[in-house]
Amino acid sequence: MKLIFAGVTGLVFGIGIALSGMMNPAKVLNFFDIAGTWDPSLAFVMGGALMVTGLGYRLVWRRAKPLFDTAFQVPVSTHIDRNLVSGAALFGIGWGIAGFCPGAALPALGTGRWEVVLFIVAVIGGLALRRGLSRLALVSVPQ
Amino acid sequence: METVFTPFLSLGGGVLIGLGAVLLMLGLGRILGATGVISGLVFAQSRKEASWRVAMIIGMILAPGLIYLVSGTMPAVDVPVSPAMIVIGGVIVGFGASLGSGCTSGHGVCGLSRLSVRSFVAVPTFMATAALTVFVLRHVIGA
Repeated sequence: MKLIFAGVTGLVFGIGIALSGMMNPAKVLNFFDIAGTWDPSLAFVMGGALMVTGLGYRLVWRRAKPLFDTAFQVPVSTHIDRNLVSGAALFGIGWGIAGFCPGAALPALGTGRWEVVLFIVAVIGGLALRRGLSRLALVSVPQ
Repeated sequence: METVFTPFLSLGGGVLIGLGAVLLMLGLGRILGATGVISGLVFAQSRKEASWRVAMIIGMILAPGLIYLVSGTMPAVDVPVSPAMIVIGGVIVGFGASLGSGCTSGHGVCGLSRLSVRSFVAVPTFMATAALTVFVLRHVIGA
């Protein structure tokens, strides 16, 4: 039941990503290209999503626990550190280069486009690189 | 490459993205962060950790096909960048999202709606560096 629920969650999210235009790098890059072929659509994506989560999370948190687990697992840290800022800065640079972000690329795998597979493999490479550097203590590990 | 401004589709897609995030909180009590879904699967310590993520990704991947079945057209994936840029961007996205503990979905949708201080730092940071990157690539270098 938990797995079916997770699958439906992914399907709803994926349909949203597809309809919104987030899985189209041309559209995403145009959102950032204010000086050129600007397409403000993605502001509406963020607005629509935040309206629903802003209200929906608060309704869900009235429950004592989620349906299929013993407790809500929400990040509690409020600490602003160098990793957060430099990580976010790098993330934006990568997003601006490739035009895909992970949440857009996962549903986009369903279109069968090889570029999407290439991007996901590269993201996994980046995640592995971070973990490798953390082991070497070159980058500090959160938590 | 010009793209069409789609305020209503993007708003509707955004609502579904938010609904997916709320459903995951309701069912499994977790933040919907796509990078976390990928890394939690690729570097899973146990089958329990991996299984719901697999189910969720399967749901996501089915989304474009479902849209094709209903509407007769596959969601657009226009890639205006080279394969090398996809790889470089993807590695930086994976590394940065890991270092900064989140991406567009985790910090952008889930974090902002939870009023997380860290997300209120991360989101403007990656939005700014993405816009700057696109500006440099398109209008300074002219790639």
